[in-house]
Amino acid sequence: MSQKKGFFQGIHAKFLERNSLILTVAILVVVSIGGVIEIAPLFYLNSTIEEVEGVRPYTPLELAGRQIYVREGCYNCHSQMIRPLRDEVERYGHYSLAAESMYDRPFQWGSKRTGPDLARVGGKYSDEWHRDHLINPQSVVPESVMPPYAFLADAALDYGQIEGHLRTNRLFGVPYTDEMIANAETDLEAQVDPFSSGYDDLIARYPGAQIRDFDGNPDELTELDALIAYLQVLGTMVDFSTYEAEAPENQR
Amino acid sequence: MAEHNHKDEVTGVDTTGHEWDGIRELDNPLPRWWLWIFYACVAWSVVYMIFMPALPAPPGFEGFTRGLTGNSERANVAQQMADLQASRSTNFDRLQNADFQAIENDPELFRFAIAAGRSAFGDNCATCHGSGGGGAVGYPNLNDDIWLWGGTFDDIRYTLHVGIRSDHPDTRFSQMPAFGRDELLSQAEIRDVTQYVLQLSGQSFDAAAADRGAATFQNQCVSCHMEDGTGDQAQGAPDLTDRDWLYGGSADQIEATIHRGPYGVMPSWEGRLSEPMITALATYVYSLGGGQEAGGDEMGAGGQ
Repeated sequence: MSQKKGFFQGIHAKFLERNSLILTVAILVVVSIGGVIEIAPLFYLNSTIEEVEGVRPYTPLELAGRQIYVREGCYNCHSQMIRPLRDEVERYGHYSLAAESMYDRPFQWGSKRTGPDLARVGGKYSDEWHRDHLINPQSVVPESVMPPYAFLADAALDYGQIEGHLRTNRLFGVPYTDEMIANAETDLEAQVDPFSSGYDDLIARYPGAQIRDFDGNPDELTELDALIAYLQVLGTMVDFSTYEAEAPENQR
Repeated sequence: MAEHNHKDEVTGVDTTGHEWDGIRELDNPLPRWWLWIFYACVAWSVVYMIFMPALPAPPGFEGFTRGLTGNSERANVAQQMADLQASRSTNFDRLQNADFQAIENDPELFRFAIAAGRSAFGDNCATCHGSGGGGAVGYPNLNDDIWLWGGTFDDIRYTLHVGIRSDHPDTRFSQMPAFGRDELLSQAEIRDVTQYVLQLSGQSFDAAAADRGAATFQNQCVSCHMEDGTGDQAQGAPDLTDRDWLYGGSADQIEATIHRGPYGVMPSWEGRLSEPMITALATYVYSLGGGQEAGGDEMGAGGQ
């Protein structure tokens, strides 16, 4: 060791430590070796990209609801990722696929579960239950520690920026078309009104979109509408009756 | 390099050779235990890469190195789920199309069904019907003997299958009009009917208003709730003469219910839970206390 010590000592003591600029460059070089090895493969690696049928970008209303989900910090207590573990699959359903959050900017996976995982909450409860539960969680689940979000029912949804919101998502790779962006506002309004003229266009643009008045108050488009619309779509896009989990390409 | 061999006088250890305002740094070697753990980690990472999936394919190639074990978390969980199903299969196979008699007559199967049903209930049903099945306003109590769509074992199992006002094609469905919101009745008429309903259920009421309400009740309500207000399970129309209220039994609550026309939804569990699990759940719910014997009338699985 004693001969080697002389060599390292010479380099770091005499040269690097006394030339701050060169030291900085050397640090950058060392750190980026790790970075390149970890990050670079993600850009070309096909096995990280899982193509699954059924996943579509969020409708404008769902996207607005997602924004409220993030704004209220729901992710602090609820994860959206069912891990491939027996207990989780037993309780929550099929494990989450990467593709299911491919249009999430940012994703809501999380690892902290004060409340249950929500990755497959869509369709599990009725709109009315979500309404009751968000307004006063203890009215339906007495042992719950979730705070009430009653104000959402009275807060008119502010969707003036929804076009820009879609456009921003497109900037980050979500395949919203020009048509989707141009019609964002009408699509958003159409999703809470089953009798609107925009029904067919909305379904054509976002296959499988659920169209109804979500908050039980047809007169007003509230934040509660948007949030429930978002919750009701979670985990429902992929049809697991046709998804071949056992196929070799899906076993990773 | 001149200071390279400078020894610290107190400890007798070499210093690194540089000096800041008279302060020198001892050049002790790294602790052996630390160094060996470090080397062990490096060695372990090599072993890990050989045995486990590790390295991505270079650009232009598909996939990744699968390692000697070919480990896959997804394959593992598929295997675990298959094992789980296999471990339950004896009892689940027997539950598949069992009727209640068969389950009840086999104590072991009955215990299994109750245990499986209780666990599925906690995960899926308790959020609305309460941890013990006690219900909440708008969500039926499953402990009592009052049933909207029938309380026999087959009725309960059928309801679990198709849900109520769910997206299942055969879902149980009925709709009470929103008499107030859709302006089918005036405010005054709704208040009068409310008094009549209070009378039906044996609560204190305003006699004059109830008399007026009786006529409206005959015109609007009897097709589902029946002449005497006892309801009709085939249509999911509740009995109005008992003291049990899904949406509350005070004058205000009854009035609000008539105004908006409740539209309670229960999801269909056919796709989410396996057939034997639905049977286990039906057994559990049926055994909560209020289950009804299958009678001679046509209230079986097909009776809507």
